[in-house]
Amino acid sequence: MLKLIDVTVKYGSSTALHSVNLEVNQGELVVLLGANGAGKSTIFRTISGLLKPVSGQVAFMGQSIGGWSPDRIVKAGIVQCPEGRNLFPEMSVLKNLTLGAYIHRKDKAGIARSLQNIYELFPVLYEKKEQPAGSLSGGQQQMVAIARALMARPKLLLLDEPSVGLAPLIVEQMFKTIEKINRDGTSVLLAEQNAFAALQIARRGYVIENGHLVLEGARETLCDNEEVRRAYIGA
Amino acid sequence: MRFVPGSKWVVAALFFVALAIPLLTDNSYYLNMLIMVFIWSIAVSGMNIIAGYAGQLSLAHAGFFGIGAYTLGLLMVKAQMSFLVSLAVSVVLTGMVGAVVGMISLRLKGHYFAIFSLCMGVILSLVIEKWESLTEGVRGLLGIPVPKIGSVEFSTLTSQYYLILFFFVLAMFVNRQIIHSLVGRTFISIRNSEELAESLGIHAMKSKMLAFVYSTVLAGLAGALYAGYLRFLGPEIASIEHAFEMLLYLLVGGIGTLWGPVVGTALVMTLMQWLQSWQDYRMIIFGPILVLIVMFLPHGIMGAFAQLKKNQPSVLPDTTDDKNRGIERGVNDRRLAGGESDA
Repeated sequence: MLKLIDVTVKYGSSTALHSVNLEVNQGELVVLLGANGAGKSTIFRTISGLLKPVSGQVAFMGQSIGGWSPDRIVKAGIVQCPEGRNLFPEMSVLKNLTLGAYIHRKDKAGIARSLQNIYELFPVLYEKKEQPAGSLSGGQQQMVAIARALMARPKLLLLDEPSVGLAPLIVEQMFKTIEKINRDGTSVLLAEQNAFAALQIARRGYVIENGHLVLEGARETLCDNEEVRRAYIGA
Repeated sequence: MRFVPGSKWVVAALFFVALAIPLLTDNSYYLNMLIMVFIWSIAVSGMNIIAGYAGQLSLAHAGFFGIGAYTLGLLMVKAQMSFLVSLAVSVVLTGMVGAVVGMISLRLKGHYFAIFSLCMGVILSLVIEKWESLTEGVRGLLGIPVPKIGSVEFSTLTSQYYLILFFFVLAMFVNRQIIHSLVGRTFISIRNSEELAESLGIHAMKSKMLAFVYSTVLAGLAGALYAGYLRFLGPEIASIEHAFEMLLYLLVGGIGTLWGPVVGTALVMTLMQWLQSWQDYRMIIFGPILVLIVMFLPHGIMGAFAQLKKNQPSVLPDTTDDKNRGIERGVNDRRLAGGESDA
């Protein structure tokens, strides 16, 4: 579904990604593990068109999307939920959600259906829909961020560190929800530092260090890997 | 004051007061003052759309005001066209120049855009001043005919007042509709974060172009009304000082609020009239006031007013934008206090 082939990205003269090869298949939930500054967000920003690779190929559903504008990529079906609960804090929850459905703005009935689904997935957002998004708790803000991305009805959802700054109990609920979103048919690429939680729901994963993908494999492989255990799980 | 009436009622009441003023007074000083406030409010509200809502500080707007004014003046003086046609052409032409300027300048971001737009403003005002064969240069464009629509002649101050009030109300109505629409929210989303807006599928350049062109259209409309009212034009109306005056009105009234441009324009213009005998010294007073406002009332008078209303528990929450600007600040303040790590 999504394929990165030898993708190299530079910020000015410094290389942020060194010929990265990565693949997400239809219906998969793939995790991308890495420490702060390893390049997870750079990969995401490259996939969603905010950064242009200097070399290599980004393909989505058989089409080369490297160099496409971000809005075209969203329309093609890849939607990013950026790191750090990036909301429009002064707007109500509902307005945040409808902005997420911007590319479907003419399809009023479709938006109403999406909202219905969102409220089933996150009932608390229905109660808070008129409140400014910035007044919600951290966990609820993360829900709004994910829900807003879902409003675009993505085929592939890019989730950038949804667990950052959340209490363990909330993280657990969050990952259950992500698992459910994936079961309902959306492919997910999940960037995480919290390897323990992420590897419970992902089948497959990659490990990135200093812009290099250093390891890839099935959940079991990653869980058994000494370095992953030491660096990310802490066992 | 315990009871704060809904803003809708305040607006309706002010509208009827504005309608009734010529019946209550025929003091030409006050009517002239109000007409000028309406005209500049239209221009400042245009600046507010691009600077306050879309977050791109444009300093070229005096230039667009000049284009609107000179287009109307020249069409009526040199081409003997009717007022309404000239008005329509001025607005469209200003928008077209705005589209070209926007296409070039909006590629830049942040301060670079502001500096570039400042240069564009200087270029536009120089063109108006130096193109003497067309604009008469510093001699000024004299003898703009009295505006006429059909058989109605707008020769008296009162009739001009109603003509300009009509366009002022129209502009504010359209502004309101835009701000509360999805289009308005895309502007705000770009102000918050262009990158975030793009990752939602919003074409940032297209949205910024739309905001910019619309804002120049308002500046052009204001300029054209100004030309039809004063019936004399000098190149100094397009000068960069006017762009900074507009910015002053906007900051005092409240940038990014619907009514800020009107409140700021009315207040500062009135103050300037009072201080007129001080002439050159008045900027010594305005400078520090502006610094204080930027420091303590970053969202101007309307922003501070919204904050006050928000803190008043007796008022039900409503979703008007003016009010939410205040909430945004509250949230940011909380973030600074470490609210990020809560669950």
